[in-house]
Amino acid sequence: MKSSSRLAGVIKNHEKEILADWIKEQLASTTLRGDLLKESELREQSRAFLAAVQAAVQKGGTEDLAGPAWADVKQLLAEISRARSLAGFSPSETATFVLSLKQPLFSRMTAELKSNAAELGEELWSITLLLDKLGLFTIEAYLKSRESVIERQQTELLELSTPVVELWDDIVALPLVGTLDSNRTQIVMETLLQKIVQTGASIAIIDITGVPTVDTLVAQHLLKTVAATRLMGADCIISGIRPQIAQTIVHLGVNLGEVTTKASLADAFQVALKRTGATIGKAKAEAAGAV
Amino acid sequence: MAIRSPEDIVHMRRAVREHAVRQGFSLVDQTKVVTAASELARNIINYGGGGEMILQPLAEGVRKGLKLAFVDQGPGIPDIELALKDGYTTGGGMGLGLGGAKRLSSEFQIESRVGGGTRVTITRWK
Repeated sequence: MKSSSRLAGVIKNHEKEILADWIKEQLASTTLRGDLLKESELREQSRAFLAAVQAAVQKGGTEDLAGPAWADVKQLLAEISRARSLAGFSPSETATFVLSLKQPLFSRMTAELKSNAAELGEELWSITLLLDKLGLFTIEAYLKSRESVIERQQTELLELSTPVVELWDDIVALPLVGTLDSNRTQIVMETLLQKIVQTGASIAIIDITGVPTVDTLVAQHLLKTVAATRLMGADCIISGIRPQIAQTIVHLGVNLGEVTTKASLADAFQVALKRTGATIGKAKAEAAGAV
Repeated sequence: MAIRSPEDIVHMRRAVREHAVRQGFSLVDQTKVVTAASELARNIINYGGGGEMILQPLAEGVRKGLKLAFVDQGPGIPDIELALKDGYTTGGGMGLGLGGAKRLSSEFQIESRVGGGTRVTITRWK
């Protein structure tokens, strides 16, 4: 009897027992996350998976997982992995789903071929190979869904981290937070210049309070942004230069001489107001006391 | 610590800062050593084709410090004196990285052989 059809037959004839054993195995395993997955869901997933494997083994054998017969099984596994990865399962917890099927299948097969050791060995080997491949596939699917989450977060972060805010008529500010690599600087510069066009602002304040390290690359990016802003006809002030950053810039030998710099955003705002001719003051004391 | 991509520089800076804090560096000294490390790591990526950074906390009596070695197997620097000169660059940078790192450190050594890679070691004392 061909190996694959024997396995298919065993699963078909003992489906209930195998399923019961398998679920017992999963429920007993330390890697099952009862807090993240309901037992009814686990039962449904296990049932669907076992049925799909049985059908696939019968149709396509256990050798070629890339064939069309296994497409359903793989899709099912990918869905389960994705759901578990999003729910917060670890990779090993996810892979245990497939790998814990070994024990029940082994014992059924052993009972079936008690008298024929050679054939039994062969059968067990093919089951091992099959489940290992499926286990690896599970991990791959798990990682893929994780990667897509990371990728999405990266793009979100890139967009989130570069807001240009309008402080006053003619004054826009760009609070920078975090690391300035070339990618981000490009986006920062684009959004700033875009905003200057939109608002017709004459002064842009770049605040670097949230940038932990200012090295020559960051300084160069800043200078380029300042130069581009000037070409657009707006003036640029860099604020948020803390004492330690100031000392470091001096030692580096970077010349920020032609750029107006201020220690805090508030200082920079005052300079900007003065330049645009606007004033903000407290309501006069006599105005309150006059009546 | 491997330095192969710009993301590695971010990780490395964080590690250097943590060690500097642990050694009791002041905020200014932390910033100086982190910035110097950032420059040298970027040189490794831009010119050395990737390499590694070796970090070593130092303690000499009451004096505490950090020693950082930046090693690559890149093409090497033909004229070290010229490379250290402010404003000289073969890439698109400001040409201040190497000289700046030297000024930000207490001790600075550079060994380079054309075709044999470069090793820059800086020490910053508290």
